[in-house]
Amino acid sequence: MASLLEVRHLKKYFQTPSGTLHAVDDVNFAIESGETLGVVGESGCGKSTLGRTIVHLLAPTSGQIIFDGKDISSPSKKELKQLRKEMQMVFQDPFSSLNPRMTVKSIIQEAMEIHKLYGGDRRRQEQEVFKLMDTVGLAKRLADSYPHELDGGRRQRIGIARALALEPRFIVCDEPVSALDVSVQAQILNLMQDLQEEKDLTYIFITHDLSVVKHISDNICVMYLGKIVEQCSTDKLFEKQYHPYAQALLSAIPIPKVGIQRKRILLKGEITSPIDPKPCCRFVARCPHAISLCSEEEPKLLEVEEGRFVACHLQKIGRAVELTVPDADVVIINQ
Amino acid sequence: MSRRKRASIGTSSSHSGYWANAWGRLKKNKSAIVSLILLILMILVAIFAKYVSPYPYDLQNPAEAYQSPSAQHWLGTDNFGRDILSRIIYGGRISLFVGFFSIFFAIIVGGILGAVAGYYAGKIDNILMRTMDILMAIPGLLLAITLAAAFEPGLRNVIIAIGVAEVPFYARILRSSVLSLKEQEFIEAARCIGASDKRIILKHIIPNCLAPIIVQSTLGMAGAILSVASLSFLGLGIQPPTPEWGSMLSNARQHILNYPHMVVFPGLAIMLTIFVLNILGDGLRDALDPRLKD
Repeated sequence: MASLLEVRHLKKYFQTPSGTLHAVDDVNFAIESGETLGVVGESGCGKSTLGRTIVHLLAPTSGQIIFDGKDISSPSKKELKQLRKEMQMVFQDPFSSLNPRMTVKSIIQEAMEIHKLYGGDRRRQEQEVFKLMDTVGLAKRLADSYPHELDGGRRQRIGIARALALEPRFIVCDEPVSALDVSVQAQILNLMQDLQEEKDLTYIFITHDLSVVKHISDNICVMYLGKIVEQCSTDKLFEKQYHPYAQALLSAIPIPKVGIQRKRILLKGEITSPIDPKPCCRFVARCPHAISLCSEEEPKLLEVEEGRFVACHLQKIGRAVELTVPDADVVIINQ
Repeated sequence: MSRRKRASIGTSSSHSGYWANAWGRLKKNKSAIVSLILLILMILVAIFAKYVSPYPYDLQNPAEAYQSPSAQHWLGTDNFGRDILSRIIYGGRISLFVGFFSIFFAIIVGGILGAVAGYYAGKIDNILMRTMDILMAIPGLLLAITLAAAFEPGLRNVIIAIGVAEVPFYARILRSSVLSLKEQEFIEAARCIGASDKRIILKHIIPNCLAPIIVQSTLGMAGAILSVASLSFLGLGIQPPTPEWGSMLSNARQHILNYPHMVVFPGLAIMLTIFVLNILGDGLRDALDPRLKD
């Protein structure tokens, strides 16, 4: 099957007073229709910028975004409006992502109004709003409520309904559950999975929560300072990681047992500044395995085994550091 | 069973909007409500001055000049024997009219400038806001005096003179509101569903910065009424024989020692109006603050 979305050499730079900030730097990936790509990384690694660039809330600095076979990197106004119907976004903060002065119904209906769906017939649109509310699990009687009257979970359901109003095929989910309680997180994740099956949606799921990404993604990109450092299927990544950063990241997943802790890889050193980065591995300052080559040349994303791409010099010179984190590899801290 | 479920939602049962909530909070503030009633009363009296005032404002009666308050003339008469109460009632017309429209002018002009500066940022923002800073550096009354002196005296020019001095305040408020709102995700969400700039400004930004504008405009109206009184006192505002509180004060100034009632009542009228507007403004500020939950 052809991929629904392909991103080639995508770059997004911001001009700041102290230099050029490389938020997204030469990112490549492809997503098949109906699958979910998880994007993980720490705060400020550019994962949200990546999502916003793909849905054209930010214009890419360079590179190509190919959606359904068409290059959409610099769409005209008309193309962009059409594109809005195809790709939507679910936002992180269920509190600031809803206009406090609008009712639930008008928030969901607005997109239909703008695009004059259902022939611009308000009555029909209203019907569709109620249908959508039902789909995302919102009671009809909440239609005239204001967002501040509802809890975080319900608010996020509104955000999802708003994204679905235009019947898109592709949705960028920017940390949609990170602001919610754990119990509500599960509900929303299940809802999103159900919707994906029902409506054949394709997701990019941006998060820093590894247990969430494990639950929902088919494939995962691990990002570090604007670059993808490791990319493979979810199962493969959780089994074994090749990039030292991915290893450190996954070693931070807590084990839900009292008195037991995983042997953590603690990263030392400062995060390299994303402003005017030097041509070297961006992880070199914190990497426990760094060699001299790492600070001289930028590693490329290479396929190290089937379906697994890693950007690390250690792979190339055959000094692959393998550090598995099975459950046996734990330290008993107090007994 | 279903009833119980409904109860657990609690707040959502009262589909109260933001404005209804604010009104609920304002109602609890007694002094603000008293002020609101007084203000409405003043406006009504000003509108129906013709029917309410006991005498025409320009009816001169030299035989009855300099009278102290009495049953015939509740607030006494002035040096031409004109009824002071009637003149205060008609004067209120001018004061409220000028107060309202100069602020209206300031909101429209300042609002547009501020919204544009905040929304588009960058160079436009810099140029507009530095101009506002320059305007702000000139004392408001001095600016109004200069403008009033440059144009012919008259109602429209007084409104513009006072309005211009108020413009920067509204531009600043709107700009800062827009700047903070721009960062909110619901603006991004609106852009994501394809909303135009116009729609975003009108439907998403303006409704969310009305509260500070309303508060500032009540307080600003008090200032504007004081400014028009000052201008008229200096002879640059409303011209005689049209009654205006400031010009009444100016006229009565020479008689302050012998006939203090001529000064006291117009002065009280100014004071009361400003007091009422300030109390109401404070009340609105508390009522419109969404962080205060009742």
